[in-house]
Amino acid sequence: MIGEWLDIGWLQEIPVRGSRTIPVDGGEEIAVFRTGDDKVFALVNRCPHKGGPLSQGIVHGHSVACPLHNWNIALATGEAQGGDKGCTPVIPVKISGGRVLICRAGALAAAA
Amino acid sequence: MTHHIDRPHLVVIGNGMAGCRAIEELLARDPNRYRVTIFGAEPHVNYNRIMLSPVLAGEKSFDEIVINPRDWYDGNGIELVAGDAVAAVDREARTVTARSGRTVSYDKLLIATGSDPFIIPVPGKDLPGVISFRDMKDVDAMLAAAASGGDAVVIGGGLLGLEAAHGLTLRGMKVTVIHLMQTLMERQLDEAAGWLLKSELESRGQTILTGADTAEIVGTDHVEGVKLKDGRVIPASLVVMAVGIRPSTALAREAGLAVGRGIQVDDHMVTSDPDVLAVGECVEHDGNVYGLVAPLWEMCRALADGLVEAPTGYRGSVTSTKLKVSGIDLFSAGDFSGGDGAEDIVLRDASRGVYKRVVIKDDRLVGAVLYGDTADGSWYFDLLKKQEDISSLRDLLIFGQAYAQGGGQADPKAAVAALSDDAEICGCNGVSKGQVVACIAKGAASLDAVRAGCKASASCGSCTGLVETLLAVTLGDAVQAGPKTMCKCTSFGHDDVRREIVAQAMRSIPEVMQKLHWATPDGCSSCRPALNYYLLCALPGEYQDDQQSRFVNERMHANIQKDGTYSVVPRMWGGITSPQELRAIADVVEKYDAPMVKVTGGQRLDIFGIKKEDLPAVWADLNAAGMVSGHAYGKALRTVKTCVGSEWCRFGTQDSTGLGVKLERGFWGSWMPHKFKMAVSGCPRNCAEATIKDFGVVCVDSGYELHVGGNGGIHVRATDLLVKVTTEEEAIHYAAAFVQLYREEARYLERTAPWIERIGLQYLKDRIVEDAENRDTLAARFWHSQSFSQDDPWAERAAGQAREQHAHMAAFNPIREEEIA
Ligand code: SRM
Ligand SMILES: Cc1cc2nc3c(=O)[nH]c(=O)nc-3n(C[C@H](O)[C@H](O)[C@H](O)COP(=O)(O)OP(=O)(O)OC[C@H]3O[C@@H](n4cnc5c(N)ncnc54)[C@H](O)[C@@H]3O)c2cc1C
Ligand code: SF4
Ligand code: FES
Repeated sequence: MIGEWLDIGWLQEIPVRGSRTIPVDGGEEIAVFRTGDDKVFALVNRCPHKGGPLSQGIVHGHSVACPLHNWNIALATGEAQGGDKGCTPVIPVKISGGRVLICRAGALAAAA
Repeated sequence: MTHHIDRPHLVVIGNGMAGCRAIEELLARDPNRYRVTIFGAEPHVNYNRIMLSPVLAGEKSFDEIVINPRDWYDGNGIELVAGDAVAAVDREARTVTARSGRTVSYDKLLIATGSDPFIIPVPGKDLPGVISFRDMKDVDAMLAAAASGGDAVVIGGGLLGLEAAHGLTLRGMKVTVIHLMQTLMERQLDEAAGWLLKSELESRGQTILTGADTAEIVGTDHVEGVKLKDGRVIPASLVVMAVGIRPSTALAREAGLAVGRGIQVDDHMVTSDPDVLAVGECVEHDGNVYGLVAPLWEMCRALADGLVEAPTGYRGSVTSTKLKVSGIDLFSAGDFSGGDGAEDIVLRDASRGVYKRVVIKDDRLVGAVLYGDTADGSWYFDLLKKQEDISSLRDLLIFGQAYAQGGGQADPKAAVAALSDDAEICGCNGVSKGQVVACIAKGAASLDAVRAGCKASASCGSCTGLVETLLAVTLGDAVQAGPKTMCKCTSFGHDDVRREIVAQAMRSIPEVMQKLHWATPDGCSSCRPALNYYLLCALPGEYQDDQQSRFVNERMHANIQKDGTYSVVPRMWGGITSPQELRAIADVVEKYDAPMVKVTGGQRLDIFGIKKEDLPAVWADLNAAGMVSGHAYGKALRTVKTCVGSEWCRFGTQDSTGLGVKLERGFWGSWMPHKFKMAVSGCPRNCAEATIKDFGVVCVDSGYELHVGGNGGIHVRATDLLVKVTTEEEAIHYAAAFVQLYREEARYLERTAPWIERIGLQYLKDRIVEDAENRDTLAARFWHSQSFSQDDPWAERAAGQAREQHAHMAAFNPIREEEIA
């Protein structure tokens, strides 16, 4: 059955201060982040600057530094921080019983 | 039924903290309204469960933690049925039936069954000697086990687990705590505070294993140990599982009440049946379940108001946590995870072992973590609960109530200006405000000058902010900026940080951040890679590299391209290759459909357009042909360019290719402040461009000229001649000494050219050429460090290490509307 939330795996499968990816057939890849305080966030895996794969950046606090030109993107809002302007779509995600769940509608919207 | 008093009968299931508190609240409002019967599964009167930890630790006896003794029940006409758990509720008949068969009818029913400890479903979980930590019987079991000493394992590094571990340690057991997450009490503490706590517990003799996942509990008729997923077995005659609790809802569920995570109640603690109420840890209110006592008090008030028909309503609770381990002060409240629009204020005082962090959002306090000094915990908690606007306190908030509200001086400059002349500014060096101001008056116009002049802020640095304010107050705009700090997370420069890492023998990134007062919880993308390198350099073979503190290329062992694919450059020792290597590269290019393969400026081949998922397979194929990583991605040795030299060239004076290969074989794998390139030219015609390399050798008839500090990049810099030697061995020995000096003293991301410009060639010559002994010890340190760094990172990845870096976590196909995890 298809629920509102898609179960994508255990929290431990994402490295602390790291990220894992989820390809979406026919859409854009999603990056799921785990921060130092064990929170999860999901963004479309594309930097608002020149499309860098955010999943490969350094995660610090609740931000990720893009691996291509070091823009800092807020994980909660997808917004570029500091002087940079731009925004990456956010996909709702949550942890339940140690499993990471991603919002199905959000994943679909990101794919569209 | 024997009683014929026509008061409605209130039956309570659960003689615990919430159940009895609810009755206390009710009696306070109207002692005659209900006839009360309480069923309790435990054979005791009502006691204070949170004090089980002090009982275990030997600080309290059971009698001292009783809340309501027998006379309370008797005096209030309450019938207590202790040691007989309720087995069923019949809502049609309005009766409850206990395990003994005893049945009573109710007019109102109150369920207060608390929580059940969560038992992780691993083999061996039911072995004798495996217990939880919830009630007095568990404490008795622990005391009995501790009486014969031996090893105990506590699974779970949360509040309960650590209190159990503390008690068992005091009772003489050798305790190991196994915690799944990286940080102890990760729900209450951030990494920095977690690290402080871990260090403190370790210094008390406990072994703390974080990131450790339990696979199995081993033993035949009694527990003998715990096996971890990584294969380690930790011996234990007692295992305490303290991994979490689940609301105890089985009775309610069987009775057909609405149950989510807990028994669902409204603001008046009424369940889906208007005559059944529930309170305490077993309930779910507004989507929340609680595991602390503070919410119970508020719930019980609302419940009693409802029972006497003067409803007020419960609105949910904000909770705070303290750890009850003697000698450890720790407080946390609210949400310290930051997030959107949240700002952190961090204060670290390493000499006192203090860490404080408050999180602010929209001028309101939303979270606080205090370690070492929790005096202001209640003040912060109050600000947090009341959601007071703290903008006027903001600058002094972190210093606590006394400062922030002292004399209404909200302006930190005014507060500092108002300090008396003999007020101590720098605790480490005993420097008063008057001395700092005098030093500034004598011409010290920067932080560094003050540090040099009167030593204020020259040691632990925690008064840096005060000194800076004094500079601003005294000089106004005339303050000179100090040397560049590492990044915005710290007031220290690279050299200070490195010096302190070595001087204080620091061993991890969180330790550096704590001891040097980092202003952010876990650094940023500038300081983390630098700290990781400095620690790696200081502790060869010991430091556990932090992959997440490395730039993408070093984490993926390949160069990221603008489209997110990677390029792969295998090593070609000294620029020499073979048909076998070329064939393997050609095969990889075809097999993985690489769009381009190119000869690089570094004399080797670069395969472009490889997907991160394919990298391990590509590496496996290249490994099979004998090739290893070329570190084209690393702050490490890149290439050693060579020319053909005396083997073939009519001008060649020495075997430049041979020496190049030796250098590359000796130096590959070493991590450095920046990339490092070498070259060996067979004669002064210099076809290998040795004079624009970090270390270049130009062969001449009489030996080898060793050149350093060349750079062909943005600013071309030709090398300086360091020395001329006569043998290959000497050339390699000097190279090792030079590289080690660069590794130990250059700043992260500083190449040799700007480094030498900064320190001067003479300094290098003094250290390496004139001082033979220093040259030898530098070289010896280099080779020692190399003995740990020449494992091919590609081979490790091809063998499956860090598999998650190369695989998707899951995939989603919205067209077929299905997902595969
Ligand atoms: C592949 C190559 C160009 C080529 O096709 O020939 C190359 C490619 C890159 N160079 Fe280079 N450099 C290459 C030889 C050079 C050389 C020539 C040499 O080594 O003899 C130089 C000048 C010599 C020097 O370093 O002093 C050179 C000076 C730079 C610089 C400037 C460094 C400086 O100190 O100013 C950068 C930028 C940096 O590192 O910050 C750079 C950075 C880069 C990066 C890593 C850019 C980046 O950050 O993504 C390019 C990566 C492409 C990739 O994904 O593979 N590359 N680069 C060469 C790889 C050599 C190898 O086999 O490993
Ligand atoms: C060791 C320890 C230390 C703690 N430290 C702290 C702390 O420092 N701060 C803090 O805020 N909180 C702390 N807590 C948590 C706190 O004790 C609980 O939040 C609180 O006890 C919950 O009250 P309750 O009435 O909901 O559950 P409980 O106090 O557990 O009471 C439930 C009672 O119901 C009984 N029961 C269950 N099912 C039945 C049945 N079918 N029939 C009859 N009886 C039944 C149980 O036996 C139990 O006696 C600690 C807990 C423990 C175990
Ligand atoms: S010269 Fe510039 S564009 Fe060319 S590889 Fe080097 S960094 Fe990239
Ligand atoms: S693409 Fe992300 S910073 Fe340029």
